[in-house]
Amino acid sequence: MNDLLITDGRVIDPASGLDEVTNVAIADGQITRVGQVHPKSRRTIDAAGMIVCPGLIDVHVHCREPGHEEEETIDTAAAAAVAGGFTTICAMPNTHPPMDDETSINYVIQRARQADLARVLPVGCITKRREGKELAEMSLMTEAGAVAFSDDGDGVANSSIMQRAMQYARMLDVVLMQHCQDPDLAGGHMNSGAIAVRLGLAGIAVAGEEIMLRRDLELLERIGCRYHVQHVSSAGSVELLRQAKAEGLPVTAEAAPHHLLLTDAACMSYDPNYKMNPPLRSARDVEALREGVADGTIDCLATDHAPHSAEESELEFSLAPFGIISLECALALYVKALISSGAMDWPALIARMTVNAARIIGQPLGTLAVGAKADVTVIDPKRRWKVNVNKWQSRSRNCPYDGWRLTGRAIATIVSGQVKYEA
Amino acid sequence: MAKKASSSSKSTEGSASGEKQPFVWTRKDLLGLDELSAEEIVHILDTAESFREVSTRSIKKVPALRGKVVALMFFEDSTRTRMSFELAASRLSADTMIFTSKGSSVAKGETTLDTIRNVEAMGVDVFIIRHSQPGAPHMVSRKIEASIINAGDGAHEHPTQALLDIFTMRQRLGGVAGKRVAIVGDIAHSRVARSNILGLRKLGAEVVVVGPPTMVPSAIKAMGCEISHSLDDVLGEVDAINMLRIQFERFGGNLFPSLREYSKVYGLNTERLARCPKDVLVMHPGPINRGVEITSDVADGPNSCILQQVTNGLAIRMAVLYLVTQAHGPAEQT
Repeated sequence: MNDLLITDGRVIDPASGLDEVTNVAIADGQITRVGQVHPKSRRTIDAAGMIVCPGLIDVHVHCREPGHEEEETIDTAAAAAVAGGFTTICAMPNTHPPMDDETSINYVIQRARQADLARVLPVGCITKRREGKELAEMSLMTEAGAVAFSDDGDGVANSSIMQRAMQYARMLDVVLMQHCQDPDLAGGHMNSGAIAVRLGLAGIAVAGEEIMLRRDLELLERIGCRYHVQHVSSAGSVELLRQAKAEGLPVTAEAAPHHLLLTDAACMSYDPNYKMNPPLRSARDVEALREGVADGTIDCLATDHAPHSAEESELEFSLAPFGIISLECALALYVKALISSGAMDWPALIARMTVNAARIIGQPLGTLAVGAKADVTVIDPKRRWKVNVNKWQSRSRNCPYDGWRLTGRAIATIVSGQVKYEA
Repeated sequence: MAKKASSSSKSTEGSASGEKQPFVWTRKDLLGLDELSAEEIVHILDTAESFREVSTRSIKKVPALRGKVVALMFFEDSTRTRMSFELAASRLSADTMIFTSKGSSVAKGETTLDTIRNVEAMGVDVFIIRHSQPGAPHMVSRKIEASIINAGDGAHEHPTQALLDIFTMRQRLGGVAGKRVAIVGDIAHSRVARSNILGLRKLGAEVVVVGPPTMVPSAIKAMGCEISHSLDDVLGEVDAINMLRIQFERFGGNLFPSLREYSKVYGLNTERLARCPKDVLVMHPGPINRGVEITSDVADGPNSCILQQVTNGLAIRMAVLYLVTQAHGPAEQT
């Protein structure tokens, strides 16, 4: 007896190249059959007209717990994730205190288990307290269950520390996720350029991102660990990545929805919902990012979901914190940026939201192969809906997409064979 | 029917017949010159012209804002702008309140918006806001019903300063269209420069900004001005030179190697003045650093209109206060 049968959906499993209308059967938390079979099942979901794909994965989420539970908790982040169709999210370590030892990694794992919604996989700090000065205990954190390491929010500026982190990452076969930003060229509030000058806001030049990326690629060529570039924002970075991949370097990269949809012109209103780090760039950068995602230079898509309290959204632009939330509308944003624009089709988009992301973090997820964990997302690709952030699961509301009319959304999110969300 | 310029659509709303209608001021806020049409700028200047006479009376007061409350919210230090606004409000018979705070209000635990809301609860018609953060008055205006006048927001805009500069140029040069104006100094961090560029360009003047590349971002060209790194190169063809104050506090920021060098390369002195057209107008938003960006003989010489700028500031600020309160409708409205 199966637990769940999903019938007549367009089953897209990029890991195996499958794309056909068929059924998916699930028992004991695993995929048991994919094909024109109708085994007995306790429950059936009619997915006619829907897309059935591996559970979506977001490798870049700020859960804010521990430390800023008023903005988000692991529970609310996981609830937001499944509402957006995500079965797995990676929790960034810029918490308070930062997740820089095995105790904090264990804490996140335990809280995720209690939440029992999406999988929440912890990312540990590269350096102690995220200070960029001493390596954090990467071995012990890996044993505890950290799937990646990052000082996200800041890049690791010291070349010697970065070199050692790469050596450790290579030994442990884990991925380093770098927020490429030279700190000496940081300190601004939006993209450098004509709009920043007009607004009198200090700029963040693309050079700051590309300088650190170039340095890391130099180190990577010599060391060869798994290295992942977070939220690529500039056309120059895309080109650097394209060259590095052509040379065979073990580099991967992600793009965030806002960098695929918005430009720095949005900052004209001084609305802090358009304040991101890296900042919104030019239309040319948006175009280059879309091309990079389409041609595989950028491997996966990640929201950089960054909750902030309402108080922080009422601040002056330059005093407001960076980041916005988007877990609950990300899928539709990617549809808008990448499918509606003609850059790619559904199988290509799903690959970038499932198996590609799973490979980056080295997890056996993102596939509908028989025997795989039954993480499945059912998507209505034609559903038109209007974003209403006040109805969201996330504890925060800092989102520039409120009121947007979008197409496509998850209607069922299944984690380990259990339906965790249904629209 | 003649097409109305889109930039002036706001001010011509309600005059759909398209025939010559008297200009109607519709804005309850003055946030910057960026959003104003040329017609609106000229209207402020013309209104200021009529208020200039008030200051020559023996009883220097008109009842235009009687019963109105004007709150001067100075989140950043200012002496002259604050006094000028305060006197302007008094001459219009408004009641004034002054709030001053040094440094970031967040550091003190109260946000800008909370501070404003608290004061608004006392019943305020106009907030005049000076703030170190660009966009602060814009953020406040989205949340507050009362009128907002920007008295300088970070490196963004200082609309009344630019209006008084343009007013003074109009007086002394007989107009600004077709005139060439140099603005010299730390353009990157100057709200005076930005508002002047915007206003002057809208009224048809040419603007060249002058300074070392560390102080003159190349992207400022998008605002319609030219860039020069040589003061000597521009002197021969300018009708007005606006010398910005060099801020000593920026000295450590690697913007320029030394005051001595800056003064030699970009300072206005008698020799440089001699190479300008004879009637060139020398301007400065104050406070001046004598011997740094401008020498005393130039600052106090016949080409200088520095004190006239200050006098005109009063008329401009009266005009702005009058206009933004009129935009609400009749005074007795509750």
